[in-house]
Amino acid sequence: MNRPFLHLDAVRFRYDELDMRFDFAVAAGEWLAVIGPSGAGKSTLLDIVAGFLHPDSGRIVIGGIDRTTAPPAERPVSFVFQENNLFAHLTAAENVALGLSPSLRLSADQKRAVDAALAAVGLSGFDRRRPAELSGGERQRVALARAFLRERPLLLLDEPFAALGPALRQEMLQLLKRLRAERTGGPATILMVTHHPEDARGFADRVAFVENGQLIAIGPTDAVLSPGRDPHIDAYLGQSAEGSRHL
Amino acid sequence: MTEAADRQMRLAAGGLALLLVTGFLGGAFATLLGVGGEAPPLRALASDPYLRGVVGFTLLQASLSALLSVAGAVPLALALHRTRFPGRFLVLRIFLLPQALPVLVGALAIVTVWGRNGIVSDILAATGLPRLDLYGLPGILIAHVFFNLPLAARLMTARLDEVPAESWKLAAQLGLPPLSLFRIVEWPALRLAIPAAVSLVFMLCVTSFTLVLVLGGGPGATTLEVEIYQALHFDFDPPRAIALALAQIGLTAAVLAISLMLGGAPTGGFTLGAQARRYDRGTGLSRLLDGGVLLLALLFILSPFAAILIDGLRADLMRLAVDPVLGRAALTSLAVGLAAATLSLVLALSILMATTRLRRPSSRRRSAAKRIRRLLASAGDIAAGLVLVVPPIVVGAGWFLALRGVADVFAIAPLLVVATNAVMALPFLLHIVGPPLAAADRRNDRLARSLGLTGFARLRHVEWPEIRSPVGLGFAFAMALSLGDLGAIALFGSQDFITLPFLLYERMGSYRTRDAAGLALILGLICLALMVLAERGLRRPEPSR
Repeated sequence: MNRPFLHLDAVRFRYDELDMRFDFAVAAGEWLAVIGPSGAGKSTLLDIVAGFLHPDSGRIVIGGIDRTTAPPAERPVSFVFQENNLFAHLTAAENVALGLSPSLRLSADQKRAVDAALAAVGLSGFDRRRPAELSGGERQRVALARAFLRERPLLLLDEPFAALGPALRQEMLQLLKRLRAERTGGPATILMVTHHPEDARGFADRVAFVENGQLIAIGPTDAVLSPGRDPHIDAYLGQSAEGSRHL
Repeated sequence: MTEAADRQMRLAAGGLALLLVTGFLGGAFATLLGVGGEAPPLRALASDPYLRGVVGFTLLQASLSALLSVAGAVPLALALHRTRFPGRFLVLRIFLLPQALPVLVGALAIVTVWGRNGIVSDILAATGLPRLDLYGLPGILIAHVFFNLPLAARLMTARLDEVPAESWKLAAQLGLPPLSLFRIVEWPALRLAIPAAVSLVFMLCVTSFTLVLVLGGGPGATTLEVEIYQALHFDFDPPRAIALALAQIGLTAAVLAISLMLGGAPTGGFTLGAQARRYDRGTGLSRLLDGGVLLLALLFILSPFAAILIDGLRADLMRLAVDPVLGRAALTSLAVGLAAATLSLVLALSILMATTRLRRPSSRRRSAAKRIRRLLASAGDIAAGLVLVVPPIVVGAGWFLALRGVADVFAIAPLLVVATNAVMALPFLLHIVGPPLAAADRRNDRLARSLGLTGFARLRHVEWPEIRSPVGLGFAFAMALSLGDLGAIALFGSQDFITLPFLLYERMGSYRTRDAAGLALILGLICLALMVLAERGLRRPEPSR
């Protein structure tokens, strides 16, 4: 494995009756998909990395620096949620521009950068639209445009395309793959929570399976998702150890 | 019972309740319109400079009260929403207190704090400044802000609570500084509450009676409601009372129409709202400002309560406790409160059961039946609107004049007071019980019908478990409202029919200040205890899933 870019070092977080423990690393430029049943702690994991939640013990190391207590804005991280990524009363361009300047006062160069970011996600000419005038897929495109414009090396995605249909989801994953590859300074490191194993197949380098707040398995996508590897994973995916898929 | 019979019973009960409410309010209105033979000299009154002055002042004080309350509520709502500290929950609760306090007790407390001999004047005098002259516009404004600023702030924090969790996370990740956060997240949410807050406070202040009665300053600073009372109670001038009452109805109807057009629903809620999780820490300066705002607001809200407590304890409570007049007044108040709350609850539930049933899609397609259905379906809105347009004093005045020649007004006074108080509480009850009942119906109706549950079995298993705690809260609220009300009793009270607020007002009028302070403490404690109890009931833990 390459030099680890993100390292969760013996992280422990208790929430209600769930005792979560995470201890794993993600390499620079790696795409890790996190799958598992709902309530397993997948979103909590992302919130801990982003700094919205603080671990009871353990360390969060990002880019070689201990960020365990750093506020969210000081972490080299961008977050894309399943919904509500955009502020409803700002236009698409303004929502993207927030990634450069909280006051929305942009230089000419920055304005060009915003236009280019919208163009890169296929939304040229949508700059004046407000979120209500965009489709669900278009809204997520705007969110991706902002995330990549911010040039933070670590991208956290919490079921970003779960509300979209299968074809559109594939299209968005392709877009994400392209944006990540085109990024200056090397491909972005991605931590993506998803419900769909097919989101991981063909896109993610590795898959982590989380259940009951524990990381049960982590490894190359095909290996982790292949039948017979782990009864929990088989149960979640609805497949049996003999390899016959019930679908 | 068949499903059709169940349905018919509910519709009949709802229709009857609506008929009773509109009949009670409409009867008063019809009397005022000249059924009694005394046609009001409307034209002469419209150009009467005195009446114009009263209308002008009514509008002026309501506008200023609404403006000040909402302007003050913006920083308070922001500070409440932003700051996190131990005891924050308690502080939120403190801002609920004014709503549970009887208005008359609040008025007395405001005089104690802000009057000529109050603590604020003492401080001013000590620094060589003149003492405050409370009576007139300043007193009315201070009192209205005391009661309504927390209400407006709560409407605004409710909007802030509706901001999606992702927005706070995004704001934190983008590192928005306080000003940008205000511009991009907080203000767009707050702004949505402002029309509703302004129209609610305006509406409450345009029909303000008790505060203006106590704190008004003679003919220059009086409202229509107080003038109606004076016209009937002191001058016995029915034509003037009628003209004033009609002016009041016209005014409230116009205000209600405007506020509905602005999109503000003029009913107040009684919830704390969920605390949204925020990740911004603010700067040193912004935290200092928020802390200062909270401290000032707490001082402003708590000082009258402290005054009630301190002055009340100085009164000879032992002597008051065995005072037979007080005992009689307390029992009367309790009986009136219980009766009014029960009646109000029965009316509200009848209307709501019918309207939730009618909002359901049905297969019948007869147009006349449909029109009646539609009318009945908005029965709750009609009733609530009417109550707002025809305020208690006007209702009282109407029935007072209607029954004057027919019956002994004072003999049936208790009935009129109970009915008026019940109707006053109706909009609140509809607002508190309506949404959970509708939710219960949406969730369980198909299941209940498929099981053939009707009548009382359905009520017990489907509706009751879901609305039990809102009903408790609503009942306590209605009772507290009636216990603290001076509006209806002011017209109909007599030596034979005394409630606690009436007794308190009488003692205040006869300058028995010590007794008044003791009474205020007792009345305030009863109402606060009621609300605390009701709220306990509301926070009953959810059955485990």
